[in-house]
Amino acid sequence: MVDFQVTPAHAPSRTVPAGSTPAPKIDVADFDFYYGPSKVLHGISLSIPEKQVTALIGPSGCGKTTFLRSINRMNDIIPGTHVSGAIRIDGDDVYGSRVDVVSLRRRVGMVFQKSNPFPKSIYDNVAYGLRIGGVRERRKLDDAVQTSLRRSALWDEVKDRLHESAMALSGGQQQRLCIARALAVGPDILLMDEPASALDPIATQKIEELIWELKESYTIVIVTHNMQQAARVSDRTAFFMLGKLVEYNETKKIFMNPSQRLTEDYITGRFG
Amino acid sequence: MQRHFDKDIDQLKQLLLRMGAVVEDAIGLAIRALLERDTQVAESVIAADTMIDQMELDIDQHTIELIAKMQPAAVDLRFVATAMKITPELERIADLAVDVCERAIELNREPPLKPLIDIPRLAKMAQDMVRQSLDSFVRGDAVLAREVIARDDEVDLLTEQSFRELLTYMLEDSRNISRAIRLTFVGKYFERMADGATNICEMVVYLVEGKVIKHSNESV
Repeated sequence: MVDFQVTPAHAPSRTVPAGSTPAPKIDVADFDFYYGPSKVLHGISLSIPEKQVTALIGPSGCGKTTFLRSINRMNDIIPGTHVSGAIRIDGDDVYGSRVDVVSLRRRVGMVFQKSNPFPKSIYDNVAYGLRIGGVRERRKLDDAVQTSLRRSALWDEVKDRLHESAMALSGGQQQRLCIARALAVGPDILLMDEPASALDPIATQKIEELIWELKESYTIVIVTHNMQQAARVSDRTAFFMLGKLVEYNETKKIFMNPSQRLTEDYITGRFG
Repeated sequence: MQRHFDKDIDQLKQLLLRMGAVVEDAIGLAIRALLERDTQVAESVIAADTMIDQMELDIDQHTIELIAKMQPAAVDLRFVATAMKITPELERIADLAVDVCERAIELNREPPLKPLIDIPRLAKMAQDMVRQSLDSFVRGDAVLAREVIARDDEVDLLTEQSFRELLTYMLEDSRNISRAIRLTFVGKYFERMADGATNICEMVVYLVEGKVIKHSNESV
């Protein structure tokens, strides 16, 4: 069985020999996705580099969220779906027959549009994944909770009330708590599905600054319908339309001088 | 809240300051080349101009990327707009220093026409105005910017005075015409440097106060 497990609350660092082009973290090769007979992703191929932020943009229904959820096989829970092609993380195909999906989802964490803290304390929310994974020692849990809350820029706001209910936090704080919860189990990739779309401008800015800090340690893929957010936050941008990848390049290139007319029409608001 | 774009804004400021310092050096060397009749110094200023042109291109690229990625607002937007407007002014001032040096090389091939009195004064005024325009930008000092703008009239008067004197040399002896015309051009170049400094100061007032005083008579 291919095990995607890593040490809790520790993101592995990688070094690359000087002068070489680093291998992509996530390598997608001719990936198709079907809801039953309906093909919704067509031959997607792209390479997502390590420790950078890659944004997926495109009009509603273009397949960007379906693609995001394919990376950690969250779509498996939907009946009748199947795929072809490959999505490789560090060379291992996540759809390989021997893949442990549970450990995959620990390694490839996910944050959703609507924050979903458990109806538990702040501490228990963050510690939940570790406890399920068999970690019982109090000190390990305390350290992991503190590290994760610091990494999600929430520690200072909650350190004196860790045993209060997570439901009492503001929307922005709840979202950062969900990020901390994902970080606690030691991912090296974070998938974010419109993480700030339900938040006010200040909370949105905090999430965007957090993403900028997190990319020092994690590879991040973010779906956003807010093009300005994609421009602010990402290093690379992929533009999807009708289930196809239209253009994928450095964000500054996409937003300064895209190669495809369709991309330019979308980002200038001529359609979408 | 600390923003990751603050580093990009700081970097842009540093690029502008570096370009300003190099342009100030070019003006100083051009004046030296003229007053000390030093062709070698003149040639070094001309050779260094390519580097200043490249700085303008680098800053242009940086500002466009900033706008694309950051969508700056309020003071950040005015800062980026100011950077985009100051950069070509600095590049033009550097080109004017090159022009002074080219005339200096030509003048050095003939004996001096006369002791230079007005032109060195004009040169110093232009040099001071350029330096203080950049100081006002660095410090966000709209008061200093307005003071610099107010001195432009004095520069114009001195340029006119210098030209009238050179005209008398041309009328006196036709063998003076070639050198007198070159010196007239030199006076004009310094006057245009002062105009460039004035334009920079108008942008500083816009940056600090959000007020457009371009094409108005407003200074102090």
